[in-house]
Amino acid sequence: MEPRIGVFVCHCGTNIAGKVNVEEVANFASTLPYVTVAKEYKFMCSDPGQSLILEDIKQHKLNRVVVAACSPTMHEPTFRGVCQEGGLNQYLFQMANIREHCSWVTEDEESATKKAKSIVAGAVYKATYLEPLEVKKVKINPNTLVVGGGITGIQAALEIADSGHKVYLVEKEPSIGGHMAQFDKTFPTLDCAACILTPKMVQVGQHKNIKLFTYSEVLEVSGYVGNFKVKILKKARYVDPDKCNGCGECALKCPIKVPSEFDEELGMRRAIYKPFAQGVPNLFTIDKEHCTKILKDKCGLCEKICPREAIDYEQKDEIIEVSVGAIILSTGFQIFDARQMPQYGYGRLDNVFTSLEFERLCSANGPTGGKIVLKDGTEPKSVGILHCIGSRDDRFHPYCSRVCCMYALKYSHLIKEKTGAEVYQFYVDMRCFGKGYEEFYNRLLEEGVHFVRGKAAEVTDFAVYKGEEGKLIVRCEDTAIGAIRRIPVDMVILANALEARDDAKDIARIFSINTGADGFFIEKHPKLAPVSTTTDGVFIAGCCQGCKDIPDAVAQGAASASEALSLIDRGVVEIEPYTSVIDADLCSGCKTCIELCPYSAIEFDEEKNVSVVNDALCKGCGTCVAACPSGAATARHFTDKQIFSEIEGVLA
Amino acid sequence: MKYTYYPGCSLEVSSKSYSDSALAVSELLGVELIELEDWNCCGATVYLSYEELISFSLCARNLALAEKYDRDMVVPCSACYTSLKKTASYIQENAELRNKINQALQAAGLEYKGKVNIKHLLEVYVNDIGLDAIKSKVKRELKGLKVAPYYGCQIVRPLHGFDDPENPTSLDRLVEALGATPVYFPNKTSCCGSSLVATNEELAFRMQKDLLLCAARNDAEVIITVCPLCHMALDAYQKGVGKMYGFKFKIPVLHFTQLMGLAFEIPSKKLGVKTGLVPLNKALSAYI
Repeated sequence: MEPRIGVFVCHCGTNIAGKVNVEEVANFASTLPYVTVAKEYKFMCSDPGQSLILEDIKQHKLNRVVVAACSPTMHEPTFRGVCQEGGLNQYLFQMANIREHCSWVTEDEESATKKAKSIVAGAVYKATYLEPLEVKKVKINPNTLVVGGGITGIQAALEIADSGHKVYLVEKEPSIGGHMAQFDKTFPTLDCAACILTPKMVQVGQHKNIKLFTYSEVLEVSGYVGNFKVKILKKARYVDPDKCNGCGECALKCPIKVPSEFDEELGMRRAIYKPFAQGVPNLFTIDKEHCTKILKDKCGLCEKICPREAIDYEQKDEIIEVSVGAIILSTGFQIFDARQMPQYGYGRLDNVFTSLEFERLCSANGPTGGKIVLKDGTEPKSVGILHCIGSRDDRFHPYCSRVCCMYALKYSHLIKEKTGAEVYQFYVDMRCFGKGYEEFYNRLLEEGVHFVRGKAAEVTDFAVYKGEEGKLIVRCEDTAIGAIRRIPVDMVILANALEARDDAKDIARIFSINTGADGFFIEKHPKLAPVSTTTDGVFIAGCCQGCKDIPDAVAQGAASASEALSLIDRGVVEIEPYTSVIDADLCSGCKTCIELCPYSAIEFDEEKNVSVVNDALCKGCGTCVAACPSGAATARHFTDKQIFSEIEGVLA
Repeated sequence: MKYTYYPGCSLEVSSKSYSDSALAVSELLGVELIELEDWNCCGATVYLSYEELISFSLCARNLALAEKYDRDMVVPCSACYTSLKKTASYIQENAELRNKINQALQAAGLEYKGKVNIKHLLEVYVNDIGLDAIKSKVKRELKGLKVAPYYGCQIVRPLHGFDDPENPTSLDRLVEALGATPVYFPNKTSCCGSSLVATNEELAFRMQKDLLLCAARNDAEVIITVCPLCHMALDAYQKGVGKMYGFKFKIPVLHFTQLMGLAFEIPSKKLGVKTGLVPLNKALSAYI
């Protein structure tokens, strides 16, 4: 049947029409071979836009459709749906991207229009040779993997488990809880962080639908949406989880002291330890980097003392394989290393603390039992809180970390409440955007906190004026009064930036997703698909996607759970039929493709002496197509004929 | 190693001892300093803030002259270093400015293409020669001598210099290599106020007071500088500053090359260590 192509050029408001002369493009399209009808419209993706296409399919008996609009990642599914509705196979649709590839990146209107014509011609020429393809339907495994057991991962896991589906929750540390477990209070309500978090942790530990892997990491992921296979490394904790009841006798006797990671190294833990008393699971773990029994075969006290004989120095790392249909990543953040800005004295001047260190100082289960004290054990009489350390700074992170203003207010309140000290905030802008946040700011203004508008330039211990001796002096330009100020304080707290974890790139690689320029994972669409990724079935939530506070992180945790559940409840998933196919008549059986295939998707049929592609495993990368010496391999929807025709169109 | 040497005006007259000691130390370290023929004043930073184009052209003339040789250009004065480096990078980044400056240079039959690499003398010693080589030349370790390593405000700024702009350490490490002890000196990159002495003496003295106090409080026996202007600010005005603020102490100020020379046992006369206005103290006299 001769191709009858309809071309529909979208204005996208002024996004495209502002640069591209859409009418001229549509007129040009109507002159191209096999084009039966060509039209332009303000918003092709809108309801009237879609109806317009639908009517033309019927009226002009179109058998190919080209829409010149935005990126196919945005609206290809929309227009494929229109084709289907019009009775066309959805793969007889071709998208021409004249927005991201043209109007948004071209300054001159004339050249933008010229480029748009070339793009449209390419699409039309390709469409001429499009072939109908059948979507493959695959059953979805109803289990979900959640990676990262902070508040986001906990929320996601509970939502899914409560709906009756199985969840595997993997956490790197010996306990779940994440950063929130380190906090004392939460802004702006001043809820005790432990009081609202630990019950959820217990729920996770006891839930019949949650299989918890702590002290574990994901090594490898294979498969595709609905059918992932995941390899989990369960590190040896040298304690039998079935026997240990968390009594803690072992830690009392263990002679090795190690700075506690959970307490930001302000306190000590033992080589056999539980990060914090309320940790879940209620299990102890031996840190093999420090245990002398494991390092040098000396000691063994914990084995002797354990009343339940739970210590097992012979325990080995285990690799466990699970199958899941959906994956949620909630791997969190780390904080900016303030040593990179030596002018603030962190690591050099005793009483300069990071935000997380202060959380531990303030926390009732922290190293000082919740007393806010200086390194010499005395209470500070004045405290300076320095905003935007490493955030909103082109040298480090251009973005705003979104939580610092608010926790700085929280700290101010807690400091005043516990010590009565004077508090100085050195801020650039106060960003109190959330529900109840501005009100909290007003409350702190009334509590008598000093707000100094100016980014601190330096913290020094060099006293110049009376009253500065023995203090930390914060120098800054107070832009509200236009003067350089020196404010002496006893304690400095740095509001250091939240940043992507050092291993974010490795995690992204394992799960085939991407990181942005800021290092965080990229969502599929910043507004309309905030927890999806470009890899179907893999979702992201919480601070691994970008800086956010607890309410936003929890909301994303729940959102990702809902996305995963919506996927699971579909039961079957449609797989794009962009796979390779090997023509058995042409295949010489050289096996070149088998060795090159990055997904091990090609098998060899010994009987027929030919290579065969496994559709379920093939990702359609085209490596075999390029490599096949006899031209037997073809990539569906990207055949040589289609691509050469497209090039011809672009150059025509 | 051969370098084009740009001494700058200060080293010709007021800081002759810096020049003498730098040449003596360089010779010993195998650093051949070949003075740039017919060099002119860099205009210093003051001119830069007054009339950019002329100031850039002044510097560019030196750069154009230096470009004839395939050598890095070494500068002992922080003000010259900043002016020349700033000019070079502006010319690199701004084609319009480059054209304007080259038009000006044309009058003198010169052109600057942008190829000269400018280094401070401290950078050459620490990075090109290296602390190990310096250590190997030390004949008399300055054991126990407490030194305030003063970098001043210009050597590490603007960014992309050879050391951390907020907390430089190259001079501290050099002091250690000589066997001496760098004292805690939190004001090590604060400005000495030298360019303010003529216009706002009170403010300049206040800035110098902070530097001297900081050195004294940390028990420094000598302050070393990497810039003739810093040296002048702390040495020549120390008496006046002390009088204004009632100081009971005097701290000798040496060019860092003089301290190196003492450790290398170069005759102190050749180094000009006694030409400073603040007399040497006991701790230093022991090495003379």
